[in-house]
Amino acid sequence: MEDLDRLESEVKRALGNALIDATIARGELCVHVYRERIVECLTTLRDDPALAMGQLMDVCGADYPGRPERFEVVYNLLSLRHNWRLRVKVGTDEKTPVPTVTGIYSSAGWFERECWDLFGVAFDGHPDLRRILTDYGFEGHPLRKDFPLTGFVEVRYDYEQKRVVYEPVKLMQDYRSFDFLSPWEGMTDVNLRKIQESLPKTEGKP
Amino acid sequence: MDEMRLAKAEDIARKLGETVQDKGFLLTKYEDLMAWARTGSMWPMTFGLACCGIEMIHAYMSRYDLDRFGMMPRASPRQSDVMIVAGTLTNKMAPAMRLLYDQMPEPRWVISMGSCANSGGYYHYSYSVVRGCDRIVPVDIYIPGCPPTAEALLYGIMQLHRKIRRGNKVIDR
Repeated sequence: MEDLDRLESEVKRALGNALIDATIARGELCVHVYRERIVECLTTLRDDPALAMGQLMDVCGADYPGRPERFEVVYNLLSLRHNWRLRVKVGTDEKTPVPTVTGIYSSAGWFERECWDLFGVAFDGHPDLRRILTDYGFEGHPLRKDFPLTGFVEVRYDYEQKRVVYEPVKLMQDYRSFDFLSPWEGMTDVNLRKIQESLPKTEGKP
Repeated sequence: MDEMRLAKAEDIARKLGETVQDKGFLLTKYEDLMAWARTGSMWPMTFGLACCGIEMIHAYMSRYDLDRFGMMPRASPRQSDVMIVAGTLTNKMAPAMRLLYDQMPEPRWVISMGSCANSGGYYHYSYSVVRGCDRIVPVDIYIPGCPPTAEALLYGIMQLHRKIRRGNKVIDR
């Protein structure tokens, strides 16, 4: 814990007023910084000898539909020299791009492409911002909370056209919605209806 | 009338067999010979797509040893007889898989291995997974399981052998 506190004070010193807040959760330090200053922050974290965050392990996204800036981009850093891990977060929305960090960590290239593909977060200055995981010509960003689970198209081989064709999703088996409110099941002490209503609503078919 | 002619033909064949038996000849039916040749060396196309692929590898290795059925995994569709679809077939992979199937020479067979290849399985409602590889290629044998054990794959292959022996078509499809 002492080590983690030292990391926190070092990060606070290095980032200065670019830092919004810093929290320690589950034995790991997580800091929020301003989106416009992410490049500057990561450069400092990498080059400051007291931190030496030499590796970018992953860039993830997170979607919180209730927030004004619904997306979070999370940079997971590792310092091999000090055996420290640090999580840096910036907020953004659908329209605002995040500055790319490919100039600092070359591994960010594919991570940012993945984040763009699955969440639709744009990265300003990325050398090759294409989709990386989903199908060629895929529409939408599947890890967004408002993306329907089954998507919009499905494929089959067409014997007349002699090729694989895309068609709107037609489920042979209905989507099963498990009714947790059934009186025959347990869990009577929890207000499940309230929890269910508080969940984000999905558009289109489930 | 036909039955009489058939009985007569069989009689001739039996007598011919008796005559040449000790002289280094073997008399059999053409279909049986074809079935023997086909089932004896079914070269599979390596198509491990997910964890089922690991079970498929187990079946190839020394404990189950598919080599004793003459099964050598081929990296080229043009040299293979059977495609074992082992794993989750995604939308992105589907055109590539159909292309590989089209490149296999006739006669060709497909084994669908595991829940994902059979019906989409765990990923049935997913936005990116084909709900059964039979939407892309015609399938001969379905092996249930998630993933099926190497024994299950072996049993599926033996079922396919049985299917080939029973069908007396020279070219299907």
